[in-house]
Amino acid sequence: MTDTTVIEKPRSFSRDVWDQFRTHKGAMAGLIVLATLILFVVVGPFIWRIDPTFVEPDAAKMIMSRNKPPTWAHPLGTDQLGRDMLARMMAGGKVSLAVGTVAMLISIFIGTFIGVMAGYFKRLDGTLMRMTDLFLALPLLPLLLVLMMLFGDRIRALLGPEAGTFLLIVFAIGVTSWMHSARIVRGQVLALKEREFVMAAKSIGTPSRRVILRHILPNVVSPIMVAATLGIAGAIITESVLSFLGLGFPPDFPTWGRLLYDGVEYMQLYPQRVMWPGLAISLTVLSVNYIGDGLRDALDPRIRGR
Amino acid sequence: MLTYTLRRLLLAIPTLLLISLVIFLLVDFAPGSPMSEIPLTVPPEVRQKMIEAMGADQPVFIRYLLWLRQFFWVEPAGLIDGWFGTSLAEGQQRIISWQTRSPVFVTIGQRIPQTLTVIGSAYAIGVLIALPIGIYSAYRQYSWFDQLGTFVAMVGYSVPTFFTGVLLIVIFSVNLGWFPSIYDTTLKVVDWDSFIKQVMQMALPVTVLALFNAAEISRYTRASFLDNLSQDYVRTARAKGMSEKTVVLKHVLRNSMIPVVTVIALGIPSIFAGAIITEQVFKVNGIGAALIGAIHANDLPMVQTLTFIFAVLIVLFNLIADILYGVLDPRIRYD
Repeated sequence: MTDTTVIEKPRSFSRDVWDQFRTHKGAMAGLIVLATLILFVVVGPFIWRIDPTFVEPDAAKMIMSRNKPPTWAHPLGTDQLGRDMLARMMAGGKVSLAVGTVAMLISIFIGTFIGVMAGYFKRLDGTLMRMTDLFLALPLLPLLLVLMMLFGDRIRALLGPEAGTFLLIVFAIGVTSWMHSARIVRGQVLALKEREFVMAAKSIGTPSRRVILRHILPNVVSPIMVAATLGIAGAIITESVLSFLGLGFPPDFPTWGRLLYDGVEYMQLYPQRVMWPGLAISLTVLSVNYIGDGLRDALDPRIRGR
Repeated sequence: MLTYTLRRLLLAIPTLLLISLVIFLLVDFAPGSPMSEIPLTVPPEVRQKMIEAMGADQPVFIRYLLWLRQFFWVEPAGLIDGWFGTSLAEGQQRIISWQTRSPVFVTIGQRIPQTLTVIGSAYAIGVLIALPIGIYSAYRQYSWFDQLGTFVAMVGYSVPTFFTGVLLIVIFSVNLGWFPSIYDTTLKVVDWDSFIKQVMQMALPVTVLALFNAAEISRYTRASFLDNLSQDYVRTARAKGMSEKTVVLKHVLRNSMIPVVTVIALGIPSIFAGAIITEQVFKVNGIGAALIGAIHANDLPMVQTLTFIFAVLIVLFNLIADILYGVLDPRIRYD
């Protein structure tokens, strides 16, 4: 007789996490919505080939094409200069999502670096954590506005209006939002430093740099991922706030926040022009927040597998 | 408790000084400074005189110390003069706005009441909504009320206030015409009619801010309440035969309010920042609007002062939260 009991296949970590993640309905819905939005923004312009900055050169035609209601030629209508809203939504979304992602990467990089340094090297801990506290006590939104006002023109003159604004916004958001991830990473590193495998690595003479890169960093990836997801949401909101207050991207360079800001002027006559960008921002942030929630549950060993 | 409070107070002073230095240097070193904006037609010797008159030829640290002196000595002294008719600040240079050519604090004094009325009532209403919702959804976890509550909280927390504000304006003032979309600052409450008018114009901005804050606070309340409901002392209390009401509303409530109270205190500065946006949407003439106006007009003293006031608020409420935490949770004090 052959033994028929099948040995269960060993389960990988990512498989476990994915199984737990799938049980979170909100996170799954968020993932689908976000994927749709990314598709809309990235693939959309290849299908819908109207130039988002195209203004009818003929003045009479231009006036005729302004403020159109939704038609088949322009499914979301046109704006006050006759530019196609659908194309502008796609172009704006690309910038908004790019700003969110890049700003998040900068902030996570700074946060992880400072968190690891403070957690691993006892000498740096006091100074770095005081600095983090100081940054947490700064009035961030007013400071961001001041940064945009004071450095905006100079950087735009240096790098061109689009690249300059993009770099300034991304950098400003990154520099003002790393504190929470630094604190989380520091806590994790402090706990990891006392674990046997780190001690073993140290005792055979591994230099600090390699201990950090090989042993510590892979073990703090989970909290960093959660912080990163939530960071995207924060960065997208901050960018649209700046654009909404008129201190973000220039008018001919649409982002969702900028489109909303432009739409507010025409809110009474054409409310749909405010609705679409606002809805897009809200849906993105909502889905990203839900994904962050789901990831946190899935990566938490106390919840996973229950 | 006294040493704990004193230690916190002493720690706040270097933080404030550092922040003031950061703000001062940031604005001072920026390329868009007004010294570069004197027209080129002005002769060099006149230009030199202008710079000297503004004190801009002094070294950086002297200007910084002078600014600190104006902020922490001259302006409070001026305030005391205004209250008691003394003359402490007479003849002293006050911080002058470049827009209005009058002291910055006069403008701020005119603007603050609007901000405080709108923000204060919004925060109070937000907290009053959030606490019962958070408590009840934690108590009945996974019930339909909890599901709905967490979903609404997530939406309220994710949808940016500038969009909710615009949405409410489109629905309630453009389509339905129930509420005005612009806040009339000159309105004085003297009788019943003007009071109703004031309530009507406050309705939309207060709703926007209250919803946003309620979402955040109810999430915290729920999480904190859930943590405490599964504690051993709750089981003990029930085992002793206490009524469910006493267990939940006395034992659990008191313990779970500790983090919530600090979150409420810590949230106050950020609601001022949130008010910058809401004031812009509803055209409330408060300090947030003053900041935006000053930024667009390149009015650096006003910008510096307002930013620093926001910083003082943050440090102050961090301090209050720390001390409250110490009062509510004795374990914190003995570190």
